[in-house]
Amino acid sequence: MSNRPELLAPPEIFYDDSEARKYTSSSRIIDIQAKLSERALELLALPEDGIPRLLLDIGCGSGLSGETLTENGHQWIGLDISQSMLNIALEREVEGDLLLGDMGQGIALRPGVIDGAISISAVQWLCNADKSSHEPKLRLKAFFGSLYRCLARGARAVFQVYPENIAQRELILRSAMHAGFAGGVVIDYPHRYARPLFRNLMMGFSGLMRRCSEILFVVYKVFAWL
Amino acid sequence: MRLFTHNMLSSNIKGVANGFPLRIEVEQVLEKQVDFNPDFLKNLFPKLEWKALVDAARTMGYAELPEEADSLMLESEEFLRKFHHALLELHLEEGALVCPETGRKFPVNKGIPNMLLHEDEVPDLACNQVLCPTICERYGKVD
Ligand SMILES: C[S@@+](CC[C@H](N)C(=O)[O-])C[C@H]1O[C@@H](n2cnc3c(N)ncnc32)[C@H](O)[C@@H]1O
Repeated sequence: MSNRPELLAPPEIFYDDSEARKYTSSSRIIDIQAKLSERALELLALPEDGIPRLLLDIGCGSGLSGETLTENGHQWIGLDISQSMLNIALEREVEGDLLLGDMGQGIALRPGVIDGAISISAVQWLCNADKSSHEPKLRLKAFFGSLYRCLARGARAVFQVYPENIAQRELILRSAMHAGFAGGVVIDYPHRYARPLFRNLMMGFSGLMRRCSEILFVVYKVFAWL
Repeated sequence: MRLFTHNMLSSNIKGVANGFPLRIEVEQVLEKQVDFNPDFLKNLFPKLEWKALVDAARTMGYAELPEEADSLMLESEEFLRKFHHALLELHLEEGALVCPETGRKFPVNKGIPNMLLHEDEVPDLACNQVLCPTICERYGKVD
């Protein structure tokens, strides 16, 4: 049987009360998510002027990633499809504002208002068709299109994702480019930190997307383990 | 949900042309103190729809914000304190957000708005017309 959570059930079912609690009480997961989030925040490259920014955490779950944003002084809005994960976030009294929503339906925010977005270990879920009405390409398109719109000029979005294979990685990246993002792939962290977590994973990457018309590929490397 | 989030949220139901601002229905409001940071307020101010903030704050029981605001007022500590309170310290704990065009209610429970759309409300996806041709050329078609 696969141990990729994405193949077991839709996210709102997979992350039920017990899974949400299990996820958030593992010190290993807490540690990995914090490190991935710190790296993502670094790649957001916000101006170093000490001004707190308004950030978005997509697939914020129980708030492990958002906590890094809070620690760095920022305000954030977190979006997640799992009520159970959000319940744990409430229990942990995270400081961000939480929304129950499906990124694949598009992000319901006004244009140009968000200073930066991170998404840690979440976007690969969009590659699954969990309902007959789900078409991954369209959901990715809705997601990246709406994200592009709600970001402020020059703002960045950083994704750490676990694609199942090269085709998925390409699909995610192409969808982002198609929405207007420029950017590229950075591979450094996941192989060091995520390995014990997703053993059957083929690859991981953090994509760095910058909202501009220039295409900026930062580093591009594929690696695999089993 | 606090009012900075409300000020950014917009109903994206299929066919809705202007989903902003969502009307607030209040059942319960909570107040929680947040550290005062003028820099955050100044940075966010240009992106805010002021009138929507004033109306939302009033609905939540706080009527101290001036009807109009301009960036000069950001020099006044008294103004900033009120702005801070309205934006960051009022929580809609229970209630609903209502789409201004369709009247569709998004319930708010334990402070979390449920923005999940029903299948038939999901918007159709328009192409990004300007970027589409070049991007397709470079990266292959997505759809
Ligand atoms: C591995 S968890 C990561 C949570 C958090 N970012 C962290 O670092 O701990 C993945 C999260 O993505 C959420 N998710 C999956 N598909 C989603 C969707 N379509 N819309 C919003 N959230 C989604 C899941 O509910 C889950 O909470």
